Amino acid sequence: MRHLLGTDGLDPAVATQVLDSAETMKQTLLGREVRKLPTLRGRTVITVFYENSTRTRVSFELAGKWMSADVVNVSAGGSSVGKGESLRDTALTLSAAGADCVVLRHPSSGSAHRLASWLDGTGTAVINAGDGMHEHPTQALLDAATLRERLGDIAGRRVAIVGDVLHSRVARSNVHLLAALGAEVVVVAPPTLLPAGIDSWPVTVSHSIDAELPAVDAVMMLRVQAERMHGAFFPSAREYSVGFGLTEARAALLAEHAVVLHPGPMMRGMEIAAPVADAPSSAIAEQVRNGVHVRMAILYHLLAAGAEEGQQ
Amino acid sequence: MTEQDAGGHEESGRSDDAPPVVPTGAGRSAGGDGPRDRGSVLITNAVPYGEGDPVDVLTVNGVIAEIGPVGSVRASGEATDVLDAAGGVLLPGFVDLHTHLREPGREDAETVRSGATAAALGGYTAVFAMANTDPVADNALVTEHVWRAGRQVGLVDVHPVGAVTVGLEGAKLAELGTMAGSAAAVRVFSDDGHCVDDPLIMRRALEYSTALDAVIAQHAEEPRLTAGAQAHEGERAARLGLAGWPSSAEESIVARDCILAAHAGARLHVCHVSTEGTADVLRWGKPRHPSGPAAISAEVTPHHLLLTDERLTGYDPVNKVNPPLRTSSDAAALADALAEGVIDCVATDHAPHAVQDKDAEWAAARPGMLGLQTALSVVVRTMLRPGLLDWRGVARVMSERPAEIARLPDQGRPIEVGEPANLAIVDQDAEWTVRGAELASIASNTPYEGMRLPAKVRATVLRGRVTARDTATSPTEG
Amino acid sequence: MAPHTRGAGETAGQRELLTAEDVARTIARMAHQVIEKTALGSAAASPVVLLGIPTRGATLAARLAERIRTFSGVEVPYGTLDITLYRDDLRHHPTRPLEHMEMPGEGVDDRVVILVDDVLFSGRSVRAALDALREHGRPRAVQLAVLVDRGHRELPIRADYVGKNMPTARDEDVAVQFDEVDGRDSVLLNQARAGGADTAAAGGERHEGEGDRT
Repeated sequence: MRHLLGTDGLDPAVATQVLDSAETMKQTLLGREVRKLPTLRGRTVITVFYENSTRTRVSFELAGKWMSADVVNVSAGGSSVGKGESLRDTALTLSAAGADCVVLRHPSSGSAHRLASWLDGTGTAVINAGDGMHEHPTQALLDAATLRERLGDIAGRRVAIVGDVLHSRVARSNVHLLAALGAEVVVVAPPTLLPAGIDSWPVTVSHSIDAELPAVDAVMMLRVQAERMHGAFFPSAREYSVGFGLTEARAALLAEHAVVLHPGPMMRGMEIAAPVADAPSSAIAEQVRNGVHVRMAILYHLLAAGAEEGQQ
Repeated sequence: MTEQDAGGHEESGRSDDAPPVVPTGAGRSAGGDGPRDRGSVLITNAVPYGEGDPVDVLTVNGVIAEIGPVGSVRASGEATDVLDAAGGVLLPGFVDLHTHLREPGREDAETVRSGATAAALGGYTAVFAMANTDPVADNALVTEHVWRAGRQVGLVDVHPVGAVTVGLEGAKLAELGTMAGSAAAVRVFSDDGHCVDDPLIMRRALEYSTALDAVIAQHAEEPRLTAGAQAHEGERAARLGLAGWPSSAEESIVARDCILAAHAGARLHVCHVSTEGTADVLRWGKPRHPSGPAAISAEVTPHHLLLTDERLTGYDPVNKVNPPLRTSSDAAALADALAEGVIDCVATDHAPHAVQDKDAEWAAARPGMLGLQTALSVVVRTMLRPGLLDWRGVARVMSERPAEIARLPDQGRPIEVGEPANLAIVDQDAEWTVRGAELASIASNTPYEGMRLPAKVRATVLRGRVTARDTATSPTEG
Repeated sequence: MAPHTRGAGETAGQRELLTAEDVARTIARMAHQVIEKTALGSAAASPVVLLGIPTRGATLAARLAERIRTFSGVEVPYGTLDITLYRDDLRHHPTRPLEHMEMPGEGVDDRVVILVDDVLFSGRSVRAALDALREHGRPRAVQLAVLVDRGHRELPIRADYVGKNMPTARDEDVAVQFDEVDGRDSVLLNQARAGGADTAAAGGERHEGEGDRT
C-alpha cells in the first residue's frame, strides 16, 4: 500500500491486515498510562483540511502522535491554502518541506487521486481523509473495525446503510469495503438520494427502512444535511425523519445483537433519535475510539516500511 | 492577407448610414479579398472525394481553373506553388462552426493567430470563434476585432460568433442586428458555455434572428438540472462521486427549442449534441419545422464520437468537457445520427486552456479540450473506417453542411472548375501519434495525448493560397 | 575440510547445523539451565515468565515452558511479546504484519522475565524487546534465552542462556525451523551467494524477520 485513496478496489487481504493491526494497536495501548509508541519517530505527517472536521483531524493527529510521528496541521483558514494557492502547489510545497505523509480532506471529489499523481516519485504517501462525494476510506475502515469488534466477523453479515447515499463519501467507502469483506449491504433511501447507476453497485436497494431493520446485523445512519431540501431532494426535515429516521420505535425492530453506527456529526432528532444514539446497541462512541487505532494502523502500513514498489 | 485588404473591406462594411438590421453581407465571402492576383497553385495527383482516378487541379486567382488527368494540367506561366498530393484525398476546406480562440482575454491559452494556425493545419478554411471571450463578443466592437485579427493572420477565415444575450447572462438580448451589420457580418449567434435557458429570451432571439438570416446556436443545458454538475450522470460519475450532468438537461432544452424554432419559423443550430436522446429529439423535431428539416441543424464534436466517461477514472481533468463525455452507447448513437444526417456536421468545440486551469483538482479545472488538429483523424477513425461515412460524407459533415448552416457562400463548395479554391489534402494512409506540445495551439490540453490516430491533413488551400503544408512529416511516417 | 554430506532438510547452498534431535537436546539443556539459574521451585525464587519474540521465539518459549514443567514440575507462564512497533529498522523492509501479542495473565511486574528468541545476531531485536517490555510493567530482572548465537553483535547485549554458539560470516543467514511453524525441527545455515553481501536464502523458505534480525 503506497497511498490510501479509497476502498474501491482495495485488496480485502490488505484491508484485513489493517484491521488486524488496528486491533493489535488497541490491545497494545490498552490501559497504558503513557500512550506512546516509538514506531514513527522522525516521520512527518501533515494534515491538510480544506473542510472543517474536528473529529477526523484530531483522530489523525492523535494517531500520528501516539506513534511518535511529528504531526503538523494545516487548515484552509490561516495559510496560503486560503489565499488561492492551487492544491498542486500546496502539495508540492508540503512534500518539499519533508512530509512523509499528507492527509487530505478536500471538497472536490478525486482531489486525493490528483494529489497522489502530483506527488508521484516524491515518496510522500497520501491518505484520503474525505474527498467531496467520493470516498472516506479511513471512516469505512474504522466502521469495519467496530463491526468486527461487535459482531466478531463481517463476512456474511447484513448491513443497512440509511440516508443520503447520493452525496455521501462514507456510504461509498463503506459499500466497497463491506462488500469486499463479504458482507451483504442494503442501502435505504428515498429515490432522490440514491445515485444514478446504483444498480451496478454490490448492494440491494430499498426505500423502506422498516422492512429492512429486522434482518440486519448493523444499521449505519448517514448524516442528512438540511440544506439538501433546497435541492428538492426531500420535502421537509419532518418528512425525512418520519420516513427514514432511526426512531426508538424503529430501533425496537432491530435484532438484539444488531449494532447502530453513525459516522457523525449527528443530527439528533433528524436521522437518529437521541435515546437510540445513546443506547447500548449504539457503537457511536466506539467508532470514535477505534478511529484512532485504525488510523494508527494505516499510518503504520504506509509509513513503517521501506521503499516498497507498491500498489495503491 | 494585408492590412490594406482588411481596411478596404472595413470601409464597405461600416458605412454609417447602413441600416443596422439589414446586413451588407460583405464579410461573408471571398469578395473581401479584393481582385488582387493570388497567383496559382498546381495540386498534382489528388483524388477528389477519394473517388476515381487521381487528377491534377490548377487554381488561378483563388478559383479552381482546371481539373484534368494527372500530367495533363500545365501551370500557365508562373505557378507559385506545386502541391504533390501523392494520391491523397482532395476535399473542400473544412468549416468549424464551434471554436474558442480565446482572444481577447485569454491570450495565454490561444490567440487568433495560434488558433488559426491550428485550424489551417487541421484542414480548416473557415472557423467560427465563439463569443465567450473577455470582453464578451456581445457587440460589434469585439466581433470586428476578432474579424480583423483573423484577416490579418490570413490563415483561415475567422468568423466571430455574436453573443445572444448581453454578457452571456441570458437576461437581455445583445444587439444582434448591429453585429450582423458590422464588418464581421455576424450570422451565427450563441451564448455557448451558457444556455439561453429563459424560454422567453430564446423565443425572442429566434424570432429576431429571422430578419437577419441568422441562426441561433444553442448550448443546450438546463441549468437547474446541472447545478454543480461535473460528469455525465450515470454509473461512472456515481462511483467517482462527481455530481451528475443528466442527459435530460440537454434533451429537454433541445425539445423545447425545436418547438420554439418551429413556432418562430427561425433557424436553430444545436451545439455539441452529446446524448442518444438528443439525436432522437432531433429526429422528431427536424421534420416538424415549417421551413423544412434543414432549418434545425446540429453538430457533434469529435470527442463525443470517440471518447466516453470511462476515461474519468483517475480524475485527469484533460477529460473534463461540457457537455461531458457520455457513455459508449451515446457515442455509437451519435455516430449513427451523423451518418444519417440527423446530426448535420462535426464541430470541434476546440477549447484551449492554460496549464494551471487544467492541472488542478477535477472541480477546479476548466472544461474543454483541443480539437482543431485532431478532428479529421477522429472522424476518419469513428466514421470513415467503420463505413458510416465515405469521403463524400466527410466532406458533407466537415465542410458543406456547416458552410450552409452559417451561410458562407464560398465555403463547402464542390471541387469544380469555377469554384473557390478552398481545399484540404488528406493522406488517408498516414498514422500519427498525438502530442499536445507539438500542436500549434498555445495550450496543449488534448485528450488524445499519446494516441495513434489515422489520416493526416497534408496541405490546406484558402482561396488559392497554401495556408498549411505538412512538411515535418512524410506520408510514410508511422 | 571433510566433504559434507547433505542432510535431510538441506538444499543447495544450505548446511544443516542442528538436526531435529540436536534441537530437542539443545532445548532440554536450556530448560535445565533456566531451572538452575532461577532456582525454580525453591521458596526464595522469584516467579519466572517466558516471553517469546514472534514467531519462532514464541514457539521456543512454549517448548521451554513444557520442558521446564516436565523437568521441575513448575508451571512457568509464557506469552509473546511483539516488538514490531519498537523496531528501528522498519524503513528498511516492506511492511511487517503486526504479530499477535499474548501477555500471561500474571503480568510481568516483579517477575524474572526471560526473553526468548531463536537467533541472536546484532542484538537490535533484543533492544526493541526491552523497549516493548518496559510498556508492560517493571520486571524484577530481564534475562535472555536464544537457541543460536551467531555473533556479530552491534549492541552491548549478551544472552543468559545459549543453545548453541555458531560462528558465522556476516553475510550468511541462519534459519531456525520449528515443527509448529515449518513442519520440522532444524537449524540451517544459508551460505552467502557469490558476491552478494545482501544475502537472501538460497533455496528454502525465508522467514521474514526471523533468524536474522539485523
